[in-house]
Amino acid sequence: MDEKKNQYSRRDILRHGVWGACAAGVAGTGAILASKSRGQKYVWQIDPYKCTACGNCATFCVLQESAVKCVHAYAMCGYCDLCTGYYRPEPKELNTAAENQLCPRGAIKRTYVEDPYFEYTIDETKCNGCGKCVMGCTSFGNGSLFLQIRHDRCVGCNECAIAIACPENAIVRVPAEEPYLLKDRR
Amino acid sequence: MTRRMWTYLLPVLMLCVLAWGVERFPPPQFESGHQVPQMATPLPRAAVWDWIDTGVLFAALCAASWLALKKRNRKWIAGLMIFSLLYFGFWRRGCVCPVGAIGNAALAAADSSYAIPAVVLAFFLLPLIFTLFFGRGFCGAVCPLGAVQDLFIIRPMRVLPALEAGLRLFAYLYLAAAAVMAATGTMFLICRYDPFVTLFRFDGNWNGWVLTASFLAISIFIARPYCRFLCPYGVILRNLSRLSKWRVTITPDECIHCRLCENVCPFGAISEPSKVLPLAETAENKRRLVVFIILAPILAAAGGWLGWTVYPMLAKQGGVAESAKSLGIKLAIVAGVFVGLAAAGKLIGSVIGRRQEDYEARRADCFACGRCFEYCPREQLKRKQ
Ligand code: SF4
Ligand code: SF4
Ligand code: SF4
Ligand code: SF4
Repeated sequence: MDEKKNQYSRRDILRHGVWGACAAGVAGTGAILASKSRGQKYVWQIDPYKCTACGNCATFCVLQESAVKCVHAYAMCGYCDLCTGYYRPEPKELNTAAENQLCPRGAIKRTYVEDPYFEYTIDETKCNGCGKCVMGCTSFGNGSLFLQIRHDRCVGCNECAIAIACPENAIVRVPAEEPYLLKDRR
Repeated sequence: MTRRMWTYLLPVLMLCVLAWGVERFPPPQFESGHQVPQMATPLPRAAVWDWIDTGVLFAALCAASWLALKKRNRKWIAGLMIFSLLYFGFWRRGCVCPVGAIGNAALAAADSSYAIPAVVLAFFLLPLIFTLFFGRGFCGAVCPLGAVQDLFIIRPMRVLPALEAGLRLFAYLYLAAAAVMAATGTMFLICRYDPFVTLFRFDGNWNGWVLTASFLAISIFIARPYCRFLCPYGVILRNLSRLSKWRVTITPDECIHCRLCENVCPFGAISEPSKVLPLAETAENKRRLVVFIILAPILAAAGGWLGWTVYPMLAKQGGVAESAKSLGIKLAIVAGVFVGLAAAGKLIGSVIGRRQEDYEARRADCFACGRCFEYCPREQLKRKQ
């Protein structure tokens, strides 16, 4: 009987020891990680100067309808009549018929401003971030069309699924207070 | 038309071919006074919500521990579980969760340029701390991944203990692989292959839906398959739970060996009193124990070797940056040794056995779901009083 009691208490001591070690382990891990934490909230964003508009953004987002959309830095735009983000390289005619448009979803609206200028706006409900217009605009135009993760749509994945697929590593964590990486007139 | 386009473009192209990103066409000055519109920049969810999430997690963990250890009521536990499923699953759309936070923790530990957000750290640590004190109440009533599987438990079958232990090695392997891949910045494996997030978001591609559907279909017959055989966070929790200060007990006071609870645990976590001495005391088992102890370093070495050979292939697949490769190979060897030791631990555990006098839920396997309480006649008696 005595022996049994003894055995249990030895077991208890061992138990407490291991518990203490584990608690110290958890606390230590916590402390080390906390020292690296900046207490800041991060969100994902595309660095438009790295992005090559490869098209992955449209397909790799965890959402069926990608959270990446084309945006327009209007102040950079040349308001060209012959917009290379709007028209296909060899349009049949320079009118707004769908077959002449680069955007497969007809998401870009072209409005007349004054001669010879036209304004291009993106209908984000139609755009799926395929980047075709971005490619057209950056290769031949001012590069005022570019892709951004839209934070009203992005669900803020722990790791952005597009970030893994992006060949240019263009998707980066940015502080939530400054959630966009916009292009400007350089 | 094409010609017209090229006559516009060619001179411009020639001028600008090197100057990428410059304004090839200067933005106009409008004579009509047209105002250039501002780009809309919708903001992400306010940071205060993250703190509210942390508060909800803390409250839910307190409630889960209290319900499982003191209140002892399955209905309340199930209620809390459904609340957690709605809140952390459907409302928060499955992100951030402590399971996926393993990736952030591993990356933060390995990469000094990555600062783990405070909220993610809190999500990673809180359940661990609670488990050290109260057992796996997190799994029973707070984890949305566990909750969604739990709802599909309809005809649970018993899994042979040896098979169960073998399959569980996948979880160790998954934890090891996920930690290495996150630490080298390859990807967050756990988040990427989270089987239920497609359901939580009600959005996603077909692969995601197929994964969700298969796990839920399996759940009907094999209760909580992800929890038992894959969950990497569960590996940490089950081992911390072995030592928890307080534990879930089937009976409120004493076990009268009525055997009524014997088969009610859908996860097979209830074990019967050991019939004779601890197994290791028989001659046959002593021999096996010696063999397994000798085997342990061999398994560890084999694991390390496996990590060393498999890693370069994985790194190639995942496109690991050259700079992370030497770190990656070291980590992969450590991870392999870890899995080897886990396997050895399982073998040794299978012969050591514990002296146990009553029907008890094994701490490591018990999710603190509370299903067994009402089967205990002592509990019924107590409720009547
Ligand atoms: S995947 Fe990367 S390079 Fe491709 S469109 Fe998206 S941000 Fe640009
Ligand atoms: S974080 Fe998620 S939702 Fe947002 S863009 Fe990336 S994959 Fe899409
Ligand atoms: S071309 Fe693609 S990225 Fe550009 S507006 Fe259309 S759908 Fe959006
Ligand atoms: S084992 Fe993993 S998935 Fe299952 S309830 Fe626990 S933490 Fe959640």
